[in-house]
Amino acid sequence: MSVNYGSKRIVTGAHYGLRDWLAQRVTGALMALFTAAILVQVLFSRGEIGYDLWAGIFSAQWMKALTFAIVVALVYHVWVGMRDIWMDYVKPVGLRLVLQIFTIVWLLACGGWAVQVLWRL
Amino acid sequence: MTELAKKRPEFRNINALKDLPTYRLPAAGIVSILHRISGFIMFLMLPLIIWLFDTSVSSEYSFARFKAAFNIGLGVFPGWFIKLVALGLIWAYLHHLIAGMRHVYMDVHHAVSKEFGRSSAIVTLVISIGLTVVLGAKLFGLY
Repeated sequence: MSVNYGSKRIVTGAHYGLRDWLAQRVTGALMALFTAAILVQVLFSRGEIGYDLWAGIFSAQWMKALTFAIVVALVYHVWVGMRDIWMDYVKPVGLRLVLQIFTIVWLLACGGWAVQVLWRL
Repeated sequence: MTELAKKRPEFRNINALKDLPTYRLPAAGIVSILHRISGFIMFLMLPLIIWLFDTSVSSEYSFARFKAAFNIGLGVFPGWFIKLVALGLIWAYLHHLIAGMRHVYMDVHHAVSKEFGRSSAIVTLVISIGLTVVLGAKLFGLY
């Protein structure tokens, strides 16, 4: 068998998933911090938690920009996770490709809708 | 092939009905598969999540529809069913969040041991299920 380790290791055409692995953790951490940011604004609010308070949280320009970044992070995060699931359980290449294309369309459509909601606030 | 390599047991074609119920999954394994399942559920439910976001922030009028979905119902689904689905999403989010934080904590090489794997998995399950019960009781108006 040919040598495939050390300096002889074949690395062509693949990053061995490091980029996606790291991106999934970074985007996950961002979403966790975002959750905390929302929770703080809800918990430390005064008065009844109704429409004005809830919509007010997202209508601030900095929150719109931040939420937009989080939506992008979510789409990337879910793409990596769903790709892992299809790669683990769906072996026929054609079916896997179809499911991956469905995942991309589903995520982009949902992401677009979320951004639309955000920018008409 | 050496004698040693021949004797290694092979596990192929695991039967979902025959083998999986008798397979004793450790706590860390339960957290792991639930992490995957909860993520998949949230992926499928994404349109509902964005609909809830949309109706809750867009206007006073849509906010009333958002509340009505839980109290009166949404289309053919009664209110209690919407609450149940929301509770499912609450569990999925809590589990995914806490299991994810455990993941990142272990990735940065904090206490990567068999013992920590087990104890942190149990803590993950207790917190996520506990918070789900507390929030579920609130959602269904028990307090």
